[in-house]
Amino acid sequence: MPANFAPSAADYLRILPEIIMTVAGVLIMLLEGWLGENKKRNLSVQTFVAFAAALVSAVAANGNPGLSFSNMLIVDGFATFFRVLVIAVGILSLFSATQYLKREHAESSEYYALLLFSVTGQCIMATANELIMIFIGLEISSIATYVLAGYLRDDKRNNEAALKYFLLGSFATAFLLYGIAWIYGTTGSTNLSTIRIALLTPGSETNVILAGTAAALMFVGFAFKVSAAPFQIWAPDVYQGAPAPVTLFMSAGPKAAAFAVFLRVFMTAFGPITSRWEPFVWSSALLTMIIGNFAALMQTNIKRLLAYSSIANAGYVMVAIAADSQIGVAAAMFYLAAYAFMNIGAFAVVTHFSRQGEKFVNVEDLAGLGWKQPVTAALFSIFLLSLIGVPLTGGFFGKFYIFKAALDANLVWLTVLGLLNSAVAAYYYLRILVVMYMKEPGEATLSLQPVGVGIAATLWISAVGTLVLGIFPSVVLNFATASSALVK
Amino acid sequence: MPTSYSDTYFPVLVQIVIAVIVAAALVAISFLLGKHVKNRVKDSPYESGIAPTGSARERFSVKFYLVAIVFILFDIEAVFLYPWAVVYRELKLFGFGEMLVFVILILVGFFYVWKKGALDWSHEAPGDSPYGDPDAAPQSSVTKNAA
Repeated sequence: MPANFAPSAADYLRILPEIIMTVAGVLIMLLEGWLGENKKRNLSVQTFVAFAAALVSAVAANGNPGLSFSNMLIVDGFATFFRVLVIAVGILSLFSATQYLKREHAESSEYYALLLFSVTGQCIMATANELIMIFIGLEISSIATYVLAGYLRDDKRNNEAALKYFLLGSFATAFLLYGIAWIYGTTGSTNLSTIRIALLTPGSETNVILAGTAAALMFVGFAFKVSAAPFQIWAPDVYQGAPAPVTLFMSAGPKAAAFAVFLRVFMTAFGPITSRWEPFVWSSALLTMIIGNFAALMQTNIKRLLAYSSIANAGYVMVAIAADSQIGVAAAMFYLAAYAFMNIGAFAVVTHFSRQGEKFVNVEDLAGLGWKQPVTAALFSIFLLSLIGVPLTGGFFGKFYIFKAALDANLVWLTVLGLLNSAVAAYYYLRILVVMYMKEPGEATLSLQPVGVGIAATLWISAVGTLVLGIFPSVVLNFATASSALVK
Repeated sequence: MPTSYSDTYFPVLVQIVIAVIVAAALVAISFLLGKHVKNRVKDSPYESGIAPTGSARERFSVKFYLVAIVFILFDIEAVFLYPWAVVYRELKLFGFGEMLVFVILILVGFFYVWKKGALDWSHEAPGDSPYGDPDAAPQSSVTKNAA
């Protein structure tokens, strides 16, 4: 008897954000081909409209949650949270990119199409309830991001970043795919709930060992995507070499989406074999925090410094995963939202400051920014203080909830070492503040142009987001807590 | 009837062991019994073939890669069309619609590639021939460095 594959209207409504962004991206590419090279055009407005429509439909889809497309996708609070987050990241990186592209004489619509496709992939990752869908989402997101990393194709640094990201990224994806193959061989399914049930039913010991191997292989793939140690080596080079607005995007969107699938797969499918993967996550979290923070101490290039900071932040989220609890999931969700805002804000300042050809990307170049552009410097300070984890910022509550979740899970040593790491981190963030406010303005600062509209919008939205998460954390935390039950 | 994993995969293990033994034996026997002559002809890649004319690490035009990538686009399309054609009767109109979306997306990509000039082989700057400049010196500095 033929199965009924035909999806219902509700199915389509549940993936409306993805549909909108795909159609918009395809239309942009058609338009680019149609109009040819000669006509100058700026499709940022159309891209923004598509993102906004996707955001609205992602929120609307949460009103009617459930499975869709034969259990391939799931729309729940968790998926909605991450869909809204990655679309917001897409919008902010769109704002910061328009000005940058004009400055580098690289205004072309492919950038916007790639951004839309990448966010589409991340939305699919957020909603995926099935390993094949996770893989497809990850690939859509990654391939678009590989291209974006090398967007200024005449720039050697861009080329290096794109090639490194592509080669290492494909290699890591192969691990993930191999893990999927193992788990399919073991349990006979790629559906997360079915895998969970298969692992819960008492079977032979071999079965669990094979599942553990699959979990380890998939851990390699995910750890690479979230730049967790020991698979973080690509991140500093790629973040430094890629165009600043692309780094801004890469460090927030794909990372959040990768953490979303990481959480969903390990909490649901691999939930029954926690004892097998928890030591990996535990040690990776510790290693990631230590490598990220201590390497950041020695950086002079601000993009590289923020790249190591991004690695360290991935370590904090890994602590939340190691906690293996609902509170841990909620803490990770909250932290990723806070991290997205503060990190995007910091990279937006770098985008603005670096000037054409990214001439000024050293920490020392920022000397005297506090006197030349007090507002920019003040907003930058908010992001840095949030990254340190000072109260009244999103970063503080993010760290607080993560370490609370870790303590609840009896990970006392991990918590202590994590807190010590945060203290180390304060040094390199404060160094930037010192340079900004306590040094005489240099050539780089004196020649600085006023902030453009796009960057200003990014800075203000990120700052408001960081402060709202720091002053009214319950708004987001309540939603995160309510949707942190991944096992249905 | 084999039931456990070890029973099912034991023949595979046996085959792996035999394969390793055969491969090792072939190398070992030729090493032990063969004559060891070292000269230019012996060390060339194809001892009995055409004499090599230069390094294989030449520069190729990027257009080759573009065509290769576009080829993959259609290759994948064909791969998906076969299973689709097999189950088309069961999927009915839904299957038609899905494949239509898929083909349209592929065609958009094709249109883009075409309009961007990736398939254009005729408008070339002098010295930009995909086969390399025939008048250029046989050994470029790049090849020398690579050798």
